[in-house]
Amino acid sequence: MTINMKKTIRKYILENLLFTEDESTLQDDESFLDSGMIDSTGVMEIILFIEESFGFRVKDDEMLPANLDSVNNLADFIQRKQVIVA
Amino acid sequence: MIVNPPRLLQETLLTSVGNYPDHTALISGDVRMSYREVSDYACRLAHALRMQGVRRGDRVAIFMDNTWQCAVSIYGILLAGGVFVPINVQTKQDKLAFILQDADVHVLLSESPLSRVFSPVVELLPTLQVFCQKNPMDLSVNMGNVFDNLVDMPTTPPPQLAVSQDLAALIYTSGTTGEPKGVMHTHQSLSFVLDSINKYLGFSQDERLFSALPLNFGYGLFQWLSAVSIGATLILERSFAYPAQVFKRMHDEAVTSLAGVPTVFAMMLALDAKQALRFPSVRRLTNAAAALPIEFIPGIRRMFPEANLYKMYGQTECIRSAYLNPALAELKPDSVGCAIPGTELLLLDDNGGTVAKGEVGNLYVCGPHLMKGYWKQPEKTAEVLVPGLVQGELMLKSGDLFRQDADGDFFFVARSDEIIKSRGEKVSPVEVENAIYSLSAVQEVVVIGLPDPLLGEAVCAFVAAREGEKLSVQQIKHICSDRLENFMVPKHVFFLSELPRTTNGKLSRKLLMEQCDHYLPN
Repeated sequence: MTINMKKTIRKYILENLLFTEDESTLQDDESFLDSGMIDSTGVMEIILFIEESFGFRVKDDEMLPANLDSVNNLADFIQRKQVIVA
Repeated sequence: MIVNPPRLLQETLLTSVGNYPDHTALISGDVRMSYREVSDYACRLAHALRMQGVRRGDRVAIFMDNTWQCAVSIYGILLAGGVFVPINVQTKQDKLAFILQDADVHVLLSESPLSRVFSPVVELLPTLQVFCQKNPMDLSVNMGNVFDNLVDMPTTPPPQLAVSQDLAALIYTSGTTGEPKGVMHTHQSLSFVLDSINKYLGFSQDERLFSALPLNFGYGLFQWLSAVSIGATLILERSFAYPAQVFKRMHDEAVTSLAGVPTVFAMMLALDAKQALRFPSVRRLTNAAAALPIEFIPGIRRMFPEANLYKMYGQTECIRSAYLNPALAELKPDSVGCAIPGTELLLLDDNGGTVAKGEVGNLYVCGPHLMKGYWKQPEKTAEVLVPGLVQGELMLKSGDLFRQDADGDFFFVARSDEIIKSRGEKVSPVEVENAIYSLSAVQEVVVIGLPDPLLGEAVCAFVAAREGEKLSVQQIKHICSDRLENFMVPKHVFFLSELPRTTNGKLSRKLLMEQCDHYLPN
């Protein structure tokens, strides 16, 4: 399941932040902020995307780099949230 | 004997370190620096720059994220007698190369995560020296690891030759022709506007200013300059990207003053709607860079119950022009107020005649805060710095149309050029069009700004492909993100078989603006 989830996340990031299909441009552990691919409105878009795709609400106090700032962080965060929902 | 020595911007730091050596000047991430630490570091950097040959008037570029090193480097460069050239961290290779060459930069101060952008550029500029915070693996030429080797340098300021008419900063800003222009500010113009801002905002030394705005643009830069000049504390964040982190920091540090732009307030209001936000320690809120939508004000009052709201207006060419008395925030919600202390604003018609109250006119700015001009661009300078009404004085043509009410407060009407304001940043449509034209499949493109609730204006590209060629939205956005800062990447891309033309057969942004409802999907 994690593999599929990562695929979905990667696809979204590639299409909407990097505007490419080239998988090699995105490392799973790369910080969105450090690599300059994201800014404040970009994070809001990611939040909307995970809320719509994975069916849970991201709370204000969860909007942290530890949860959102790389493909791996996003995947771990979504998985933790889904366990709680389930 | 000089009774009143000329005032240099860095003297504010030396005064504050004399008065409050142990007071916290800067908080950035995990780093907290006292005034003594800021001053020691800046002096050491100044000596290191001098050793590298930086002399009075030489340009030193800062290409860094909003870090403590970035903030302190500003004073290090000034103490060395140099001119700081702050460059947006999102700048891509071509534009970085343009700025470094145009400004004839002697030393570039940067950091290793950005080496992928600056390394290829540096190789083309053999005389440029680079000081990088950490030595990245792939660095080859001209690179020193100066930031780690400053310990041996003295912590006293090097001897100073500069006078107040010397350039202090060269700040690049988007121009209508697509190439950025370097705005020249002297110690005198920046010191003057700093005093004026501190005066109308009523800053006090116990202030705790909070900013996540980039230090490379006037509004962000002046949060730091203000804090230092009054001996206060600046809490500097890299960005507003991760709100929970930003809000926690604001609470933990009991922030008293918050600098925002409409996009930031829009995001806060959206989050507040999900989970109520409250910042009782904030007593002063400022908005600049774009007009604050009237409908934001009640929500802002809820989130910041103790705060005075200052709406301000300015441009890089004079940093700040106007502010609205906070008592009028609700009474005149769409006004930018009056001229900042010590300056004057005029409304003139196209022939230079005075405009009656209530009528629309071109806004001109007068005062000691005006730039010297655009770097190496006398013609462009002469277009905006024009003879004033007082003999010998120059005034700045703002490029904006305003009207004035009976009390003398100013109201924005429209821009008279085609610059787009998105997220509070200036976007040159020509610059975006040039990036898109670099795709060979593009026949023609017109870029305009359309109203957007979060961004102010959203950058929109209307593209016609060459016959038989296929283009995707992604391709357009990709080429833009490859060449331009993130805020310039079009939010919307529309493909048309052909773009509307004037009767003379010319592409026209104005025409497209008028007709765009017709082309837009609902």
